Amino acid sequence: MKDKVRQIVLASCREHNDVSETRIDIGSGDEAALFGIGGALDSIALVSLIVAVEQAIEAELDVLVTLADDKAASQKTSPFRTIGALVEYTTACVEEELSADD
Amino acid sequence: MTEPVTLITGTRKGIGRFLAGHYLAQGHRVYGCSRQETDIDAPNYRHFCLDVSDERAVRRMFSRIRKDAGHLDHLVNNAGIASMNHALLTPLSTAQAVFDTNVMGTFLFCREAAKLMQKQSFGRIVNFISVASPLHLEGEAVYAASKSAVQTLTQVLARELGHYGITVNAVGPTPVETDLIRNVPKDKIEKLLERQAIGRMGTCDDVLNIVDFFLRKESDFVTSQSIYMGGVC
Repeated sequence: MKDKVRQIVLASCREHNDVSETRIDIGSGDEAALFGIGGALDSIALVSLIVAVEQAIEAELDVLVTLADDKAASQKTSPFRTIGALVEYTTACVEEELSADD
Repeated sequence: MTEPVTLITGTRKGIGRFLAGHYLAQGHRVYGCSRQETDIDAPNYRHFCLDVSDERAVRRMFSRIRKDAGHLDHLVNNAGIASMNHALLTPLSTAQAVFDTNVMGTFLFCREAAKLMQKQSFGRIVNFISVASPLHLEGEAVYAASKSAVQTLTQVLARELGHYGITVNAVGPTPVETDLIRNVPKDKIEKLLERQAIGRMGTCDDVLNIVDFFLRKESDFVTSQSIYMGGVC
């Protein structure tokens, strides 16, 4: 699941880079900074990326997830700080949603 | 060029039903919803039975629209319920139900619609407010408060969504002959009409005229606005 989510996150990042002046350093892999210190995204761009990931998860995995909720805000470290953190957090949300549906 | 895609809530009857019929006749692909089934039977219409404040159901509906149509041009948040009673006699459960449908429902649909619209950098959202708010109508404390919340929601969303090319505006009908005002005493309606600049009942066509203006492509510089019918302000 994590690999599939990583592909989705990376595709969404590439989509962002195609239309935005600020570029996510995808080449840095999981360490690529998204939001916060050294991050490529401002708050509006982060919103768009989160929505893009949510929609891609829905389209490709048929799972409805909400990534920016109270749970995300209450994490010790932001799940949106790097690509790796976003992949981890999104995978956890997808798995939680799938287990809730069982 | 594909046909415009329009989502209207509360299409089973009243203003929502009228608007759905109009936009179907205009060649739009129309998606509608209400708690119960509708009698609208048109090839370009698809109905969803749901409670507009049920987040999962709403998200499933948008998922379906995204798969079917691929995009959304217009959202008309018409669904609403009223509670006309003295505040001292209004149960909390009634207040909760009014806010769930009018405020939470509007919020959910705006949020999910904007997610679809932002991808195409175009969208028109029209919310429904009411003259009950600016006229501070006695007996409608909860309803009027819920519509004030929708107006504020409209104004803030207009700012949050403006850079995506999405406009968010509101129409505030006067009383229109629908089920929503069926139980309002006649003398109360007459007193209300006296407070309007133009003292007559509204019609569905009056509402349509304003909705149409907000939905127009040319209205891309019109956002965060509230238009009340009948000269109420």
